[in-house]
Amino acid sequence: MRFKLIGLLFLLITQSGWATVKIEHWQTNQGGRVYFVNTPALPMVDVRVTFDAGSARDDAQFGLAALTSAMLEAGAGEWGADEIANRFESVGATFSNGVSKDMAWISMRSLVEKPLLDKALATYQTILTKPRFDETDFQREKSRTLAGLKHREESPAALASIAFYKALYHDHPYGHPDDGVVQTVAGFEVTDLKEFYQKYYVAANAVVVIVGDVSKVNAEQIANDLLAGLAIGQKPQEIPAVTMPTQSSFEHIDFPSTQTHVLAGMPGTYRKDPDYFALYVGNHILGGGSLVSKLFDEVREKRGLAYSASSQFAPLFRQGPFTIGLQTRNDQTNKAVEVMNATVKDFVEQGPTEKELTAAKQNITGGFAMRVDTNSKLTDYITMIGFYQQPLDYLDLFQSKIDAVTVEAVKDAFKRRIRTEWLQTVTVGGK
Amino acid sequence: MKQRLAAVLLLCPVFTAYAESGKVHEHTFNNGLKVLVKEDHRSPVVVSQVWYKVGASYEPGGITGISHMLEHMMFKGTKQYPAGEFSRIIAENGGQENAFTGNDYTAYFQTLEKSRLEISFKLEADRMRNLDLKAEELEKELQVVTEERRMRTDDQPRSKTQEQFNAVAFANSPYKNPVIGWPSDIANYKVEDLQAWYQQWYAPNNATLVVVGDVDSQQVVQLAEKYFAGLQPSVIKPIKPQEEIEQQGLRKLTVKAPAKLPYIMMGYKVPVLKTAKPESEAYALEVLAGILDGGNGARLTSRLVRGKQIAVSVGAGYDFTSRLPELLMLEATPAEGQTVFDMEYALKDEVLQLKNELVSADELQRVKAQVLASDVYQKDSNFYQAMQLGMLETVGIGWQKADEYVKKINQVTAEQVRDVARKYLIEDHLTVAYLDPQPITEAPKPAKSIGGHHAF
Repeated sequence: MRFKLIGLLFLLITQSGWATVKIEHWQTNQGGRVYFVNTPALPMVDVRVTFDAGSARDDAQFGLAALTSAMLEAGAGEWGADEIANRFESVGATFSNGVSKDMAWISMRSLVEKPLLDKALATYQTILTKPRFDETDFQREKSRTLAGLKHREESPAALASIAFYKALYHDHPYGHPDDGVVQTVAGFEVTDLKEFYQKYYVAANAVVVIVGDVSKVNAEQIANDLLAGLAIGQKPQEIPAVTMPTQSSFEHIDFPSTQTHVLAGMPGTYRKDPDYFALYVGNHILGGGSLVSKLFDEVREKRGLAYSASSQFAPLFRQGPFTIGLQTRNDQTNKAVEVMNATVKDFVEQGPTEKELTAAKQNITGGFAMRVDTNSKLTDYITMIGFYQQPLDYLDLFQSKIDAVTVEAVKDAFKRRIRTEWLQTVTVGGK
Repeated sequence: MKQRLAAVLLLCPVFTAYAESGKVHEHTFNNGLKVLVKEDHRSPVVVSQVWYKVGASYEPGGITGISHMLEHMMFKGTKQYPAGEFSRIIAENGGQENAFTGNDYTAYFQTLEKSRLEISFKLEADRMRNLDLKAEELEKELQVVTEERRMRTDDQPRSKTQEQFNAVAFANSPYKNPVIGWPSDIANYKVEDLQAWYQQWYAPNNATLVVVGDVDSQQVVQLAEKYFAGLQPSVIKPIKPQEEIEQQGLRKLTVKAPAKLPYIMMGYKVPVLKTAKPESEAYALEVLAGILDGGNGARLTSRLVRGKQIAVSVGAGYDFTSRLPELLMLEATPAEGQTVFDMEYALKDEVLQLKNELVSADELQRVKAQVLASDVYQKDSNFYQAMQLGMLETVGIGWQKADEYVKKINQVTAEQVRDVARKYLIEDHLTVAYLDPQPITEAPKPAKSIGGHHAF
């Protein structure tokens, strides 16, 4: 039965802002999974198609997923890049695409007025299903990517991140930068991209998310039309398991900067991890809360050692990184790292107090309504739910899962999962 | 995420008309505090922002960056809510909060579930008049700001170029100074300086309270009255105009920094909405920026990145809502085998075409369609809507101007675009900066140790 949303995105159930989002889900004839939320308040719609075609699918060709994605709007069907851009822009539609470790996504936002939306969708569908992979366009985009890789070397933060992933994942598909490296990208041929596209941009590997002011009938039509031009194909094999570290490591890279960027961490949690909520709430106390956390307090508030000091779990299909980061003046790097390590060690050993846990839960659940208060944020959440095949009531259950976390659960999860003697540390900076 | 060369200056048509559907409710208390409320009932949340009419462009020499420093110190407590309490209380109420400082404003915000709005008012009203500035807190926070400066500017070749560019492009306008302040000024703030700055500017008659969300306008005003209406106003002296002297010829500079890619920035002196006479010139400049860089199909990317393939990235930007006259900025990163001088030539050629030929009807239509659409898209975010109201009000344009935006953009003609190009994009009012990349010392074999003790 269809839920009736009376001009409101959310139905308020409790005083604390408990909101529910009605997600409708079905499969297209070609096997693509569709997730739809009707939000009638604004005359606009967001459409996003996501494939399991992120940088983890690069194999040895680091950067292949990213360049394949970048090439889609360079030419498709009868249109070159200028025509594609003009078709979107002439109706005020916006288009974006990109890759992360697990995903390759193609998004558009358009007004829902029929002639405008039809033109935007026709353009979007052509990009999705008929990219040209023209040789001239390819050479240009490849040079731009190579320039981007060079530009990356100006940034101590980017260099630290690359070394950090390498330290955590070694040769695992999560171990290399999404954009690749000069050595691999320089060797790409346009046929590499075509093959990648043909293998991964297929209906069986697609998740379609539609959020906006369109009816379910319309959404069904949109999803069918989008995927109809794709080969059915098949889902790729699962990303291999991550090997967890058995000892710590430390790496320093010299860089002529005034600050040293410090990253420390290890493979952390994954999307269907039974420990996920305990780790998430625990980390909120340790370093996840933006202006209130142990790391922020110890590193910044008490000692003025850094502008930002935080920690986060970035869950992926496999264990995504648990990352602690700060940047500090070169000559006080030692001190900052000591404070950081001591804070983490103390938290892992002692766990949070009841008071800290209560405050963290209040922050997370009290702010729940703000997680899904825009179509943009909803599109992100629904994509996550669809891509990782989370239950459709994920958002409804979110607060009760947070509330169920206990001091013991946090302590236990951190003790098993995050050991200071397993942390991989990377520093990039000057003397 | 894919990392490409971001067009860092791409500011584009940023501002929107919002008040057509959701009406803005305005109320001013006797102590001068202005309250703007916009109801948006899509979601049970509310954003509350307090905007002060003070920022980097208000600062005299020697204490540049003090508005930003004070923004940091505003989290360091009052007698009633000592250091850390503000953030702790907001957090335990499920709120998100932060603050930002610009050339023309300092603003503080909380985003909350709608029933918690009172908490924000209680705390903001308290720190509007009762900040307890302590020398020892300043000493620590000064280090934090110094680290922030290192991260944002000192170690970023392009930010550094931008900073020095502004210092050369402006002779006497306060826009010549960085918002975060010059290093030696930051190092020498005294608690008395902060105290004086706070006394001078933080008062209800120099502030605007903006609330957007699932609220009732009347109730919000009543609630605001309870906490803010009793605050004492101050005597706020008008800021001196500091009108930029006329530039008498091309200015050029080079910035050397450890970097991998060359880069060029160019800026022409232009009026903004607040200063343009007639104001249609500002709208024409806004459209001109959109013609050059309003998306992937706009001229710069289409012609220089794809057509001629001489740039890997290129952009244009114009800050339409500044308080003082601004720069229309162009920037580019050359493709392999090209130089910054090739970029300069190509960008000037684009400027020349804007002066010599009328932009096409299609191009105008494209910019207008984008403005119309983004007017809808921006309503997706309460925060953004509040930002725009607060900013327009704080720079002295008045929030009402937003209602006219779509209409005024729609009235811009190809002739007007050509005319502002001819009038303002002139060589004598141009500043050009080149980033000259210096070698980044190749790291010797990275020092790596596995296990055991971390030795530095």
